[in-house]
Amino acid sequence: MTPHLMIAALLMASGPAMAQTPVLTVYTYDSFVSDWGPGPAVKEAFEAECACTLNFVGAGDGAALLGRLKLEGARSDADIVLGLDTGLIKAALETGLFMAHTIEADLDLPLEWTDPLFLPYDWGYFAFVGNRGAPQPANFRELAASDLKIVIQDPRSSTPGLGLLMWVKSAYGDEASAIWEGLADNIATVTPGWSEAYGLFLEGEADLVLSYTTSPAYHLIAEQDDSKVALPFTEGHYMQIEVAGKLASTDQPELADQFLRFMISDAFQTIIPTTNWMYPAVMPEAGLPDGFSTLIQPEKAILAPIDEADALRDLALDEWLRALSR
Amino acid sequence: MAARPFPLRRSVLSDALAWAAVACVAGLILLPLLAVFWRAGGSSLPGPADWSALRFTLVQAVLSALFSVVLAVPVARALARRQFPGRRALVTLMGAPFILPVIVAVLGLLAVFGRSGIVNQLLGWLGLPQVQIYGLHGVVLAHVFFNLPLATRILLQGWQSIPAERFRLAASLGLGSRDVFRLLEWPMLRSTLPGVAMVIFAICLGSFAVALTLGGGPRATTVELAIYQAFRFDFDLGRAAVLALIQMALVTVTAMLALRFSLLDGFGRGLDRIPRRWEAETWLLRLLDALVLGLVALFLLLPLGAVIWRGVAGLDSLPPQVWRAASVSVVMAFTSTAITVGLALTFAHLARKRQGVEAVGLLGIAVSPLVIGTGLFLLINPFSDPARLTFAVTVIVNALAALPFAMRVLVPALRDVEKDYGPLADSLGMIGMARFRWLILPRLRRPLGFAAGLAAALSMGDLGVVALFADPDRATLPLQILRLMGAYRMDAAAGAGLLLLMISLLLFWLFDQGGRRDVDT
Repeated sequence: MTPHLMIAALLMASGPAMAQTPVLTVYTYDSFVSDWGPGPAVKEAFEAECACTLNFVGAGDGAALLGRLKLEGARSDADIVLGLDTGLIKAALETGLFMAHTIEADLDLPLEWTDPLFLPYDWGYFAFVGNRGAPQPANFRELAASDLKIVIQDPRSSTPGLGLLMWVKSAYGDEASAIWEGLADNIATVTPGWSEAYGLFLEGEADLVLSYTTSPAYHLIAEQDDSKVALPFTEGHYMQIEVAGKLASTDQPELADQFLRFMISDAFQTIIPTTNWMYPAVMPEAGLPDGFSTLIQPEKAILAPIDEADALRDLALDEWLRALSR
Repeated sequence: MAARPFPLRRSVLSDALAWAAVACVAGLILLPLLAVFWRAGGSSLPGPADWSALRFTLVQAVLSALFSVVLAVPVARALARRQFPGRRALVTLMGAPFILPVIVAVLGLLAVFGRSGIVNQLLGWLGLPQVQIYGLHGVVLAHVFFNLPLATRILLQGWQSIPAERFRLAASLGLGSRDVFRLLEWPMLRSTLPGVAMVIFAICLGSFAVALTLGGGPRATTVELAIYQAFRFDFDLGRAAVLALIQMALVTVTAMLALRFSLLDGFGRGLDRIPRRWEAETWLLRLLDALVLGLVALFLLLPLGAVIWRGVAGLDSLPPQVWRAASVSVVMAFTSTAITVGLALTFAHLARKRQGVEAVGLLGIAVSPLVIGTGLFLLINPFSDPARLTFAVTVIVNALAALPFAMRVLVPALRDVEKDYGPLADSLGMIGMARFRWLILPRLRRPLGFAAGLAAALSMGDLGVVALFADPDRATLPLQILRLMGAYRMDAAAGAGLLLLMISLLLFWLFDQGGRRDVDT
């Protein structure tokens, strides 16, 4: 096919096909819809009870998701956006594209949740993960003083990387710069995303990797390997709460609410722990899978207030860049 | 040059079509960029952090291009003048680093040069201090790993364009290897090297994951990362577009310079035999070539060996989705290869008269995939759901990304054929399809096969514009590898990486051999 024909084909392909059953379109991040994520099981479970078609559309990660939504604006096909985290909520709010949901939820989060627009579906703590038996610094200062090598993610391109930035900033405030300067010689390298960092750690390139307190559960449950541990830090652990929201432009408002209700029901929540490797936002009746009980339970949960997160983020990024560019 | 006796209209028409194709390529790259500008409603200026990113990007790209090209000269020369068992296998394997997904290749490199890699273990046994791969040198090392083989293959093509008869003549005149270099090899290098360096420079300008991962931290911030940040961190489309424009301007200027410095001269034609190199038959030169080839084989094969070693375990338990993704990727590879080769021939045809055409073709790797992806998304979205067009968009973007490489191979080859046989063909009134079928195609088989192999392998390994066009039902193999890694399944990802490597090499080999069959007499 010649390029001009291609362009013609590009431009003429038809719009959404007419469907008999109602279609609920959910935008989410790519790893949610992947064959190894919660997507396939969630789709099956919801379609069994909704007499509808659940259509997942994957787009990069949480930040890319929001970017796509901004590009599309009110013309978006999406009825639900699932996969924004607490760091993105303010920016999502400012788009004015979301509307309040009508769900009464009794959530099991370490913090109180009051946001009227966004409903959490899972959460986790960031943590450094290392090998059992290796030295375990108890906080950032001890880590900086040690000669352990860590691999972290770039906050400009990765959600966990941003989480670490906010963790240090929230825990140390004005001293965050000094902490980063202390950590500079511990950082083996900074990767664009979580996968690269975790891969590097498993290859022995570093002693510790920034990941989640739930990471050891994967190795334990899926690989019967108990050699990975998350390190409890005395500062407390920064949280990631993942949320979904209903778009004001939806043509399926009832179905969207039905999905959100389903999202915090057992059917959805039992899928989360061993596919997304996060804690369910509402504890299922059967509890957590075996293996989760061995995970560390941070004493203190840290989360920057949603409306201050943006300003804090820009300040923290400047400090991070300055400290590590020396 | 002899005037064409039968200036048929058909030739004018085909020229017009060719120019239309060039316009299409330019449009496919520039329109998305314009769309991003339009959506941004203006531009915002890059900040000081962006300028230092630009500085680092330039430094690493220049060093990477320089080292790749300078090191490729002795390697290509050794390959060109030696026959040894396994030579073909080595030449084929040289295609491998180039096509691996970045993270798979980086893990392979780290198995050799990393903290617990082979080199550091050896140094440890010898009681020597450890080497650190993270830093500018690590970035350059990785880029040389990716691009040295490409440079070598293109230079080898150049060496093979020197007719065997010239070397025979040189031998009968009693010329030594120094004179042969000066009289035969240097002129070829003068016309080939700038183009190769230019392509590698252009690729390295767009480096993002390699530079960051091996660069060791924010000091190694590249323009591509700055674009990424502008998009997802600040949602500043204007700044992203300006940065993409700067990137593009850099590639265009470099392309112009490189084309200026490429001297045009053909050698005249011989009988296409593998040359015997009398002047190189001294034991010292043999030893030197053996050493060069041995070192480069180690440098390339050890990390590849690590990729294979890591992948074998995961290969027999690959999830079915990986196989499905592999078939999607193969179909995409064939489609985009057809487009790439067609375009490259068209561009090569026009480049004989207008060199600047090549700069247009180079734009495919000059513009950030994130910007092209976003721009295409903006252009398509009002008319259709972009996810439905994943296949077409990925194929086109892959084809455009492979175009510069295919051009690099075909432009000089076609130029030589036309220079050497053109006047004869003209005087015979051989134009249009007849000329293509009877003159160009047989002469170009080898470079065509190589170019098609490169395009196919590149398309297999390319992540494309997944960020905005992911279609859950038609994931490509590189995307599935990324997803496996994102789901902790590093072993399965390594297995899928090996599968990708094998398929890419097979495709590359098929095309490359197809081009060589019956050529070496």
